[in-house]
Amino acid sequence: MPDLQLVVAPYFGWDLLRVLQELFRYAFMQHAFEAGTIVALSAGVIGYFVVLRGLSFAAHALSHIGFAGATGAVLVTVAPIVGLLVFTMSAGAVMGALGQRLRGRDVTIGLVMAWSLGLGLLFTRLYQGSANLAIGILFGQIFGITTQEVALTFVAGVLTVVAVVVMYRPLLFATLDEEVAEAKGVPVRGLSIAFMVILAVAVSEAVQVVGVLLIFALIVAPAAIAERFTTRPSRGVLLSAVLAMLFTWAGLTVAYYLPYPVGFFITTIAFGSYVLARWAAPTLTRPRSRGRELLAREEQVRHSP
Amino acid sequence: MAGSITPAIVAEGVAAAYGDQLIWRNASFTVNTGEFVAVLGPNGSGKSTLLRLLLGLQPPAAGNLLVLGEHPHRGNPEIGYVPQRRNIDRDLPVRGRDFVHLGIDGNRWGVALGNTAGNHRRVNQAITSVEAQAYAGRPIGRLSGGEQQRLLLAQALAGRPQMLLLDEPLASLDLRNQIVIAELVAELARANGLTVLLIAHDINPLLPIVDRVLYVAHGGLAIGKPAEVITTEQLSRLYDAPIEVLQDSHGHMFVVGLEAESAHHDA
Repeated sequence: MPDLQLVVAPYFGWDLLRVLQELFRYAFMQHAFEAGTIVALSAGVIGYFVVLRGLSFAAHALSHIGFAGATGAVLVTVAPIVGLLVFTMSAGAVMGALGQRLRGRDVTIGLVMAWSLGLGLLFTRLYQGSANLAIGILFGQIFGITTQEVALTFVAGVLTVVAVVVMYRPLLFATLDEEVAEAKGVPVRGLSIAFMVILAVAVSEAVQVVGVLLIFALIVAPAAIAERFTTRPSRGVLLSAVLAMLFTWAGLTVAYYLPYPVGFFITTIAFGSYVLARWAAPTLTRPRSRGRELLAREEQVRHSP
Repeated sequence: MAGSITPAIVAEGVAAAYGDQLIWRNASFTVNTGEFVAVLGPNGSGKSTLLRLLLGLQPPAAGNLLVLGEHPHRGNPEIGYVPQRRNIDRDLPVRGRDFVHLGIDGNRWGVALGNTAGNHRRVNQAITSVEAQAYAGRPIGRLSGGEQQRLLLAQALAGRPQMLLLDEPLASLDLRNQIVIAELVAELARANGLTVLLIAHDINPLLPIVDRVLYVAHGGLAIGKPAEVITTEQLSRLYDAPIEVLQDSHGHMFVVGLEAESAHHDA
């Protein structure tokens, strides 16, 4: 935020209390932390199921569709977040109704995504002199967030997390074992739609922090890392949420001291952590003591018909 | 339990459709409580559809069907179901025992609160009953086909059902594992008084354990003891085509002349 450059160099050192005081000295930073935290929590929780259901690309596409919605909203003088929500939730409902048929539709999803970006480009041009607006939506604008937006983000964030908690067991069942879940009376299709709509809300929130283009950093990266470290779904969800929060806090903190965009830091931290996680836990089963025996067994399994 | 007086399944003139196309009709049969029935027939003949009818996932196109004394309805807790084996992603970050746990409370809303110890015990019981203790804590995608099949069976048992519907649980297992799993199912069924319908391609691993065979072919169903149903005359009539049943010295049965039929019906 070049226009907010400080005259006195901000404190950074071993006195953590002073660092915290420094970080929370300005309202814009307080808002950024408040909104960032709730966005990260909901992105992390939902992200776990996004990765488990193989919907990473769909989530990415949703955010791009949101770009068209946000820029279109500005054109008709409505708040960008409203357009974002309307577009992503409608697209989410359609994707959810498609359910399993969404899988393997990379080409279709990709084309819709590209077209949405194109539409957004047109809307930006029509609404003249707003390159900053487009950049903000594409890459996030967490330092510009208002008190009102923080409140809205808080409500949306709490709603999405509560919704996932309510759906937790049947959603897990439907995700892991759709046919049995259906036979056991789980409303598989309804859950699929509900999940995508909730994801749409989470994506719309996350766009404020990391923008349309960098959404992977908050929704997919923490969950993907969590899934390398635990084979227990409940722990996976929690770990994913904690990681998303840590990435956001770390990104905001670094961005406060260095004159570079927060989106860059959050994505870098997410990417770095993912690389580290792959290196630290190359396989899920990471055999602790029975390594050899397990590998031999796997080999045997692979060779038997 | 209602005991042996009430039959587990009663079908009267039942017809099944796939889309708007009838695949079999005029099916009237009874399966008794505690019976072990193998469901056989070519691909696409409607074996899985029969299970879908029993599960209440689709209604019969005609006729009257009763399962455990009730009309079929989705979410019947008395039925344990193992669908045709899916390929479980090798990297799925979920343990076998988590799969089993879903069989108890996977259809309840919210997160698990209270009675977690009781459910935990039930999960362990189910895992022990299929002798899967050694690998239930490992990611399910990394297990062998036979191990996965045991855990999916445990999932179905964890719900404490009265009836098991198993769709090709022996497919893609080697012959030794086919026999082991088939015997395990039979043993569990006997111990718990379960009625079992098991879809299979090959009757031979099941011959020592099945009570009766339900043959689905050419738009109709036939039920009876293996020696009654799997005969040259019966199958030729059912298929309306020349079929020959051969037996080797061990009593294994081989149905000859089905290849063209199954290719024709492949869905």
